[in-house]
Amino acid sequence: MIRRLAGEIREFKKDAFMTPMFMLLEVAMEMTIPLLMARIIDQGVSAGQMDQILIVGFFMLIAAAIGLFAGVMGGKYGARASAGFARNLRKAMFARIQTFSFANIDRFSSASLITRLTTDVTNLQNSFQMILRIGARAPASLIVAMTMSFYISPRLAMIYLYAALILAVFMMVLVSITRKIFEQVFKKYDELNASVEENISGIRVVKAYVREAFETSKFHLAADNLYHMFIKAERLMVGMMPVMMGMVYACILLISWNGAHLIVGGELTTGELVSLLAYCMNILMSLMMLSMIFVMVTMSIASAERITEVLTEVPTISNPDNPLMEVRDGSIDFMHVDFAYNDRSIEYALTDITLHIDSGETIGIIGGTGSSKSTMVNLISRLYDAKNGLVRVGGEDVRKYDLETLRKQVSVVLQNNVLFSGSILDNLRWGDPEATEDECINACKLACADEFIEKLPDGYDTYIEQGGTNVSGGQRQRLCIARAILAKPKVLILDDSTSAVDTATDAKIRKAFREEIPGTTKIIIAQRISSVSDADRIVVLDNGRIDGVGTHDELLAGNAIYRDVYESQTGGGTADFDEGGASHA
Amino acid sequence: MPRARAQRPTREQFAESKATMARLFKYIFKYYGLHFGAVFVCIIISVLANVQGTLFMQTLIDNYITPMLVLGLDDFSPLLEAITRVAGFYAIGILATFTYNLIMVYVSQGIQRRLRNELFSHMEKLPIKYFDTHAHGDIMSFYTNDIDTLRQMVSQSIPQMVNSAFTIVSVTISMIFLSIPLTLITFIMVGVMLLVTTRLSGMSAKYFSAQQKDIATVNGNIQEIMSGQKVVKVFCHEDAAIEDFNSFNDRLFESAYNANKFANILMPVNAQLGNVSYVIIAVAGGAMALSGFAGLTLGKLASFLTFNKSFNMPISQVSQQVNFIVMAMAGAKRIFELLDETPEVDEGYVTLVNAKEDSGAITECEDRTGLWAWKHYHKADDSTTYTRLAGDVVFDDVDFAYNPEKTVLHNITLHALPGQKIAFVGATGAGKTTITNLINRFYDIADGKIRYDNININKIKKADLRRSLGIVLQDTHLFSGTVADNIRYGRLDASDEEVIAAAKLANADGFIRRLPDGYQTVLSSDGGSLSSGQRQLLAIARAAIADPPVLILDEATSSIDTRTERIVQDGMDSLMKGRTTFVIAHRLSTIRNSDMICVLDAGRIIEHGNHDELLEKKGKYYQLYTGKVVNA
Repeated sequence: MIRRLAGEIREFKKDAFMTPMFMLLEVAMEMTIPLLMARIIDQGVSAGQMDQILIVGFFMLIAAAIGLFAGVMGGKYGARASAGFARNLRKAMFARIQTFSFANIDRFSSASLITRLTTDVTNLQNSFQMILRIGARAPASLIVAMTMSFYISPRLAMIYLYAALILAVFMMVLVSITRKIFEQVFKKYDELNASVEENISGIRVVKAYVREAFETSKFHLAADNLYHMFIKAERLMVGMMPVMMGMVYACILLISWNGAHLIVGGELTTGELVSLLAYCMNILMSLMMLSMIFVMVTMSIASAERITEVLTEVPTISNPDNPLMEVRDGSIDFMHVDFAYNDRSIEYALTDITLHIDSGETIGIIGGTGSSKSTMVNLISRLYDAKNGLVRVGGEDVRKYDLETLRKQVSVVLQNNVLFSGSILDNLRWGDPEATEDECINACKLACADEFIEKLPDGYDTYIEQGGTNVSGGQRQRLCIARAILAKPKVLILDDSTSAVDTATDAKIRKAFREEIPGTTKIIIAQRISSVSDADRIVVLDNGRIDGVGTHDELLAGNAIYRDVYESQTGGGTADFDEGGASHA
Repeated sequence: MPRARAQRPTREQFAESKATMARLFKYIFKYYGLHFGAVFVCIIISVLANVQGTLFMQTLIDNYITPMLVLGLDDFSPLLEAITRVAGFYAIGILATFTYNLIMVYVSQGIQRRLRNELFSHMEKLPIKYFDTHAHGDIMSFYTNDIDTLRQMVSQSIPQMVNSAFTIVSVTISMIFLSIPLTLITFIMVGVMLLVTTRLSGMSAKYFSAQQKDIATVNGNIQEIMSGQKVVKVFCHEDAAIEDFNSFNDRLFESAYNANKFANILMPVNAQLGNVSYVIIAVAGGAMALSGFAGLTLGKLASFLTFNKSFNMPISQVSQQVNFIVMAMAGAKRIFELLDETPEVDEGYVTLVNAKEDSGAITECEDRTGLWAWKHYHKADDSTTYTRLAGDVVFDDVDFAYNPEKTVLHNITLHALPGQKIAFVGATGAGKTTITNLINRFYDIADGKIRYDNININKIKKADLRRSLGIVLQDTHLFSGTVADNIRYGRLDASDEEVIAAAKLANADGFIRRLPDGYQTVLSSDGGSLSSGQRQLLAIARAAIADPPVLILDEATSSIDTRTERIVQDGMDSLMKGRTTFVIAHRLSTIRNSDMICVLDAGRIIEHGNHDELLEKKGKYYQLYTGKVVNA
């Protein structure tokens, strides 16, 4: 995992290397300056030597200048390395996700991918900067201070060594206990925030059912819980403090006592004692810093794991070797196709589907909620791979095609279709980046989108907000259809894509399809009988199996489910209102 | 934990901060005044203990070791005594430090919990309008960012400020005693330090806000593309998406690098300026001492230098804390703003009670009888009347506007008789949902009257009014919890059997049983694993279990196939037999059998009548229904 992540440092290796180097230089200056300070006092001030003050002062200024330089450079390189690392992680993950198949995306869910790309990367960025800057600094200053202490007086330095060891063990134990508690605490904390979020977005439901008091008491209970857990964790952390301080003070007093004996015995000078006492703080500060890094790093391990998961996920669908680069025509074959979303599923989502569709034919698919209509059409452009059996387009196994070629020729308007932020033209050109404005307008005419677009103040340059929230459901669906048409596919699939469009417009769109793109195979999934009744053939799906195939009249005569659906919608006309706006006034 | 929002303060923010700070302290002291008093005392003890420790290092050499060396004594007992005394002081110091930190844990967590609870209970009481006009992400950040910064400020900044301030004052006094000129020089250097710090903070502030903006862009792009990832794949748009993302990502790198750079160099710059100050004092002081200026002795100079060293530390700490406190105040201000929002007002006094009917007279009773009554207290003659809840709803010339400039509903007049099914049809924005939101008083009308069983709805207690109305919204909202929990949301005391019965009525029982854990399957907060049709079925089950006298279905079956819809509708019809139902739908099969269909256009009812009557009229409804344009 670490190797995989470290690989993403890439062009910032130099920065990542230079940061600890400069931090070491800064530590060196940090160690030198106290010595110079002591010397100013001992040899300059106490001795009344102005020239010594000036000389040592000059050296000290130089040391300060070097320290400043090292500190600034270290800060600069550290910032660059960590910001760069974060950039590369995001870049690598984003690119990786683009290779994911639908199955991969389902496995992660978009919400979790978003967290991985945002929060987890930030966590790692902070830890990385910590490691580079303090990770070099703390041990270095610990080692230098220790060495100097041993150099001055091995006997007294042993006191530090023992103290450091005791503290290190103590901190390890404490950190590992508190880490567990904190992990729980943060989980609870996230849950609490999730429940707030739920209440904000579901406030209408809360109020409609008069559940304000219920939600409030639920929240208070959760907040109380969190309070007690936080107190428990922080009390432990606070409990660590007297031990740490006690250790520092004990060291100071022990050194003073033993030092005094040594001085009187002539084995130590006063100046040396002062230096020893100064190193005491250095050693203990470094230990504290190290424990802090330890906590940070352990906390970001979970993030690192989640990022690595994305980076090492193998796409379930990828291009074959020597792919076919051309789709001959729009004919489609399903041959004994079975499909399951999950290897462990006992029940197949599709069972034994066999169907031949001629090039240019119009096929309607109808069936209840959960009858796997979408699943079936998703196999055509190889958004998923069939478990058993064969799916062929233009007479060839879909697995032999170049993915881009196949998907350009099989254009799907998904059920949960999305527009992206940008102008209407930008969105349309997803279908064909090279399309001229005339081609775009033409596609919109086919999809009956031109009428409402022309009424917009900015026409085709109207800016679509993220998620397409500034157009109505019916308008959004028509734009998505136009976008798909623009790709000039050999197969066009509409997955319940006119549900929010009124019946008359729906009919107009289908008429345009018939007249303007007769050569394109059209597959229309719908809940409305009127959307499919004029298709060449209609497929009735039930529980993942084909229940019947035929024309409207044949099915009405011979298929119970179809007749049932038909009856549920009729009793006169079968027209629906446009969810999106009165289109033909 | 989010640690964003690292903006640096401006002048106006300082002024605002002061007012907020005063309020915040009032708030804190109200609940934790005693605690803070204790903390204050403990901090002073711990600073003093620390100072005497520092002083001891000097006296150790000057008063004990040197005399022993000079006089050649071998008696360590005075030193032992001194060390024991110091150890005692240290122990007191440790105890004081431990105590105030422990108290602060309770204080900071306590304040956090209290604020959080107050925020939440207040938020629940706010009118729907508040949620319409505030982005959900912004409300969320009160609970995450703002409370968190505030807690950090209370637990860290305040004690540290007290500590630093006390240290600065005591050190300043000592320095003045030693040498006034040198104190002035030290102060000038402190001025330089503050100047440089502000300058650097300014730079870093500029880049931090740039970074915040770029983070928002990158996160927005990530959110957009990840949620539309399947569309990206369908259109082979992967490379273009990567290209876009990389350019945003690169911009973020630039600003993140710069922001962190300036934040990182702040510390070393301060530290080294402190060292320069030390050298300057040494040189100036040395010159003064040697020339005997202002009575400065070498001994005094040596002590002064120690103080100079311990002076710089708290100064740079304070300068860092100030930024943090201003940030926290901005958060506190937002929190107070929410707490100051006026909650939903409710002057209603008519309540809804379970009732039973004895030979024509309606009396109140404890148990659920399926019969409800409005308990109406009349102040005039101190009497209480019971009106049977029937579901008779009258709109009398109602106007409504979300904001005063733009009226969205005009002269709405309609009468729903008990047991009728009333449908609203019309284009998006015609005002269908708005009408139903007025019945349950999510919003209050501007003009006209709405009467419910002949009682003005303004007189009915909101909670009871809403309890009498079951609502199923188009965008189904599920709560994290089990499927059973979600259905039970409609009636908290419902038994398992009742939950299953409601699910069966909504035709949801079948798919629920196929879920991994059946009714005990835990749903994530948005019910992500369920299709939108399945979510709608659950919402209907939730309404069914509430068993409301009046039901409002707002596009509640739009994602359910028509066969299932018919089964569900049959179930609902039998449940709602004799009760009033309001339906909003664009699907004609949903509304065809309504007793009255109201066609809305631009906030007005332009036609009403039943299906056949409207067809006869050959108006808008006929047009929409047949797709034929009528020459009017």
